[in-house]
Amino acid sequence: MMRRWIVGGLAMCWLAAAVAEGPQPPAENSATPAKQAAQQTKAASTTMVTRGELKFQQNCSRCHNAPEELSPRISGTVVMHMRVRASLSEADAKAILQYLAP
Amino acid sequence: MVTGSIAFLHGTTRGQTSYLPAFMPLAVVPIKHRLLFETRGVFVEIITPRAGQSYKTQLGRNLNYLQLDYLANPHMTIIAGKFLTPFGTYNERLSPLWIGNFQDVPMIAGQGLNGSAGVGGEIKGSLFSNKTVAADYAAFYGANVHSTQFSSTHASGGRISFYFPASGFEVGASYDHMFRGTHQNIVGTHVWWEPHNVPLKYRSEYTHATNAQGYWFEVGYRLARSTAGENTWLGRVQPLFRMQQTFRMHPDGTDGLPGVNTQRVDFGLDYNLPHDARIITSYSRQFASTGNGNIWKTELVYRFAFPAWPGRAK
Repeated sequence: MMRRWIVGGLAMCWLAAAVAEGPQPPAENSATPAKQAAQQTKAASTTMVTRGELKFQQNCSRCHNAPEELSPRISGTVVMHMRVRASLSEADAKAILQYLAP
Repeated sequence: MVTGSIAFLHGTTRGQTSYLPAFMPLAVVPIKHRLLFETRGVFVEIITPRAGQSYKTQLGRNLNYLQLDYLANPHMTIIAGKFLTPFGTYNERLSPLWIGNFQDVPMIAGQGLNGSAGVGGEIKGSLFSNKTVAADYAAFYGANVHSTQFSSTHASGGRISFYFPASGFEVGASYDHMFRGTHQNIVGTHVWWEPHNVPLKYRSEYTHATNAQGYWFEVGYRLARSTAGENTWLGRVQPLFRMQQTFRMHPDGTDGLPGVNTQRVDFGLDYNLPHDARIITSYSRQFASTGNGNIWKTELVYRFAFPAWPGRAK
């Protein structure tokens, strides 16, 4: 008897929470492999930009102001140049490039 | 890519005024993924008014560096050509016109640079970089070369730096050995501190050699914290203070340092305009046994960067 009350109470709570939150996004398992890969790539890219911003502040902003405008055509060359000037590691240079030209 | 800066400089040193339009172009050409060619020069027209006569003009030009970089591995770049001497921080980091917070180079900054550049080879890169500490290194060998734009002193040395990201603190040491002349060993150390929660920048260097020693430290505070941010009119203002001293142990007319003990205080006020332009102003008072004096400096500098030829974004 007690077990039924507990199970029923939990079911009511779950139902109330589901109604309160509204429609839920599809579960990850229901996504296609292509969608999952896209989501993972986007998440990795976001992480890289965040890390790139941090690396930009730690390495570039210490000496000079951030450029207000930077053509995406030269961002790769700028980072290559700064990799040599500021003795950046390859990983840090890639992160900064991702930040400058996401 | 073609980048660099164009500036108009004005200075009055002990009553002597000069105007200096300057152009500092920098060309960077990537060759595949591992090779990079880069060169920087400076052209300066020195205009000096003369009492009762026309202006005296003199064109100065200097090739700062011309080098080929080979990105050998994630932690090492091999450089050949004319390169900026990796001693201390000023020469490599703050010497571009649009970066330095003061128009004048610190008095002691020339020591250990062998004339600011060497002709030969250099290796540099990142030793390691993690959340706690980032370490980088540089080592060079310069040959004895006599040429108008490629002069170099026979010397060797290097630098190592440690940066602690959590505190924004950096400390490093430099070494330079000259194979000719007095065979001097020059040692230096630098400390930078830029806390994350305050727009404060502290930079300093100390250099010691047989003939002279000295230091400089610079403190800058961007008025961005107390305002709505760096892009407000007040947030673009940056008051600065710099203190420097040089001590002469032995006379040496070749090192470019003051011939007697000299002290100088610099008060600066920079304004960071929109579109990568800056106004750099300062007043300095210099004290020396040969005489004291006032130095006034004003500079308007604009930094540019654009692709060298039409192409597509990579």
